[in-house]
Amino acid sequence: MTLFLHELKTELLLYTRSKELAFFTFLLPVIFFVLLGSVYGDGDNIKGYRAPDYLLTGMLGYGVAATAFSGLAIVLVIRRESGVLKRLRATPLPASVYIASVLLTSLVAFMVEAVVLVALAMLLFDAGFPKSVVSAVLAILLGGSAFAVLGVGVSGLVRRAEGASAVITALYLPLSFVSGAFFSQENFPDWLKAVADLLPLTYFIDLIGAVMLKGVQLWDRPEDVAVIALWGVFGAFLARRYFRWVPYEG
Amino acid sequence: MSTAIRVDDLRKSYDGVEAVRGVSFEIEAGEIFGLLGPNGAGKTTTVEILEGYRTRDAGSVDVLGRDPATAGSSWRERIGVVLQSSSLYETLTVREHLYHFAGYYQGPRQVDEVVDVVGLTEKRDSRVRTLSGGQRRRLDLGLALIGDPEVIFLDEPTTGFDPEARRRAWDTIGSLRELGKTVLLTTHYLEEAERLSDRVAVLRAGEIVALGPPAQLTSTLPATEIRFRRNGQEVVLHTEEPTRTLHELTREAVEAGQELEGLEVRRASLEDVYLALTERSGE
Repeated sequence: MTLFLHELKTELLLYTRSKELAFFTFLLPVIFFVLLGSVYGDGDNIKGYRAPDYLLTGMLGYGVAATAFSGLAIVLVIRRESGVLKRLRATPLPASVYIASVLLTSLVAFMVEAVVLVALAMLLFDAGFPKSVVSAVLAILLGGSAFAVLGVGVSGLVRRAEGASAVITALYLPLSFVSGAFFSQENFPDWLKAVADLLPLTYFIDLIGAVMLKGVQLWDRPEDVAVIALWGVFGAFLARRYFRWVPYEG
Repeated sequence: MSTAIRVDDLRKSYDGVEAVRGVSFEIEAGEIFGLLGPNGAGKTTTVEILEGYRTRDAGSVDVLGRDPATAGSSWRERIGVVLQSSSLYETLTVREHLYHFAGYYQGPRQVDEVVDVVGLTEKRDSRVRTLSGGQRRRLDLGLALIGDPEVIFLDEPTTGFDPEARRRAWDTIGSLRELGKTVLLTTHYLEEAERLSDRVAVLRAGEIVALGPPAQLTSTLPATEIRFRRNGQEVVLHTEEPTRTLHELTREAVEAGQELEGLEVRRASLEDVYLALTERSGE
């Protein structure tokens, strides 16, 4: 436990000192929220929500993909290819402690991001306080964990540090669009709707909307919870199968 | 004295190519052992099997009484590793880095003490990003020492150093001897192996072609080499009696009124042994 806290402390320090993580994975969702929120008018309605309210749920979805998923995946690819993970394997630090602390670091980063987004929504766009706070926190924990585990899994599939960030962005950014992070899926063609119905982010955004804006409880949305959790399990399977400590190259 | 590392008939192939072909050696506790050879001779493969990174195809390996392939955290407490390429967190300072790694071990050394040992006192609060190549390597060495290990693996610790930095690194590695550490060092610098090692194994194409103290290896060649040119032809003589041979040569030349062009007299060095042993690798 002491070792876990020790590792977690350094991971959080490393996170706060990384300019790339700070901008691309943490600040970008915040910037998009402010920009897009200013574009949508108050009178606009999306899926029955006020436009800025809908956008908040979308940006929380984009945020979970950017912060928990892509941030962690990029960091792990870079650490693996630069030999940092290999070096860690020569220390007594157990693999499980290391993985747990990087997962928790991503989760913490996303939770901070969620608080920032909700606060901005209330300050700038007259959004109300989340209706079911406990469920909202649980939904954020669930989504954050599932996407962070997917990040660990996907890191094993990206072989080179050079361009890792581009490859992972090319993965999550279109998925965020299709999942309705930036606008409603109502006008999507049927085939795109079918794709969207398979993606974890679609369910996460729906779930966040339900608990934060409608006051529905998490446990009243078992389908959303199940799909998100299943994707998390799939991430764990990928991690088990493809995660590695030594570089692919060299 | 007890044996710290034992390697017996170690074999490893990659895609059908044998990188290590039946390597055997033993390293005593407290010994500094050099594994010398050109690139591709199998040095890193051998060391990484001993560190537990790679599996072996055949043979047996024992480091501190354990098989590295299956040894766990308690075994890693007792080893220190410097990998061939530096791998550090760029945004941590030297001390933060050492402090972080110290937390992995039960009985670590003091961070400031290790900072001094590896000569980074002035850089202790600088971020890794701002360190020179040599300073990064010294931090790598510091991280290998922080857990106060019994056995330390150094894979080409000074490759790419300027002469000054190399000499300083040698002092640091030499100081491990006083601490009673067992060191396995790989290098392709002869001078380094000669200066630091109690014993050297010369590796060529996956096999050990010579093994012994540096002084003993050099004694396998005739003690002195005399070179000169006669009628444009290079002549090389090896002799156990340099004074007599040289006297005869120069007398003949003086009597004939000739100059011994390009006359050179030198003792065989480890380099000669090394070249003699590794030259055949071009076959």
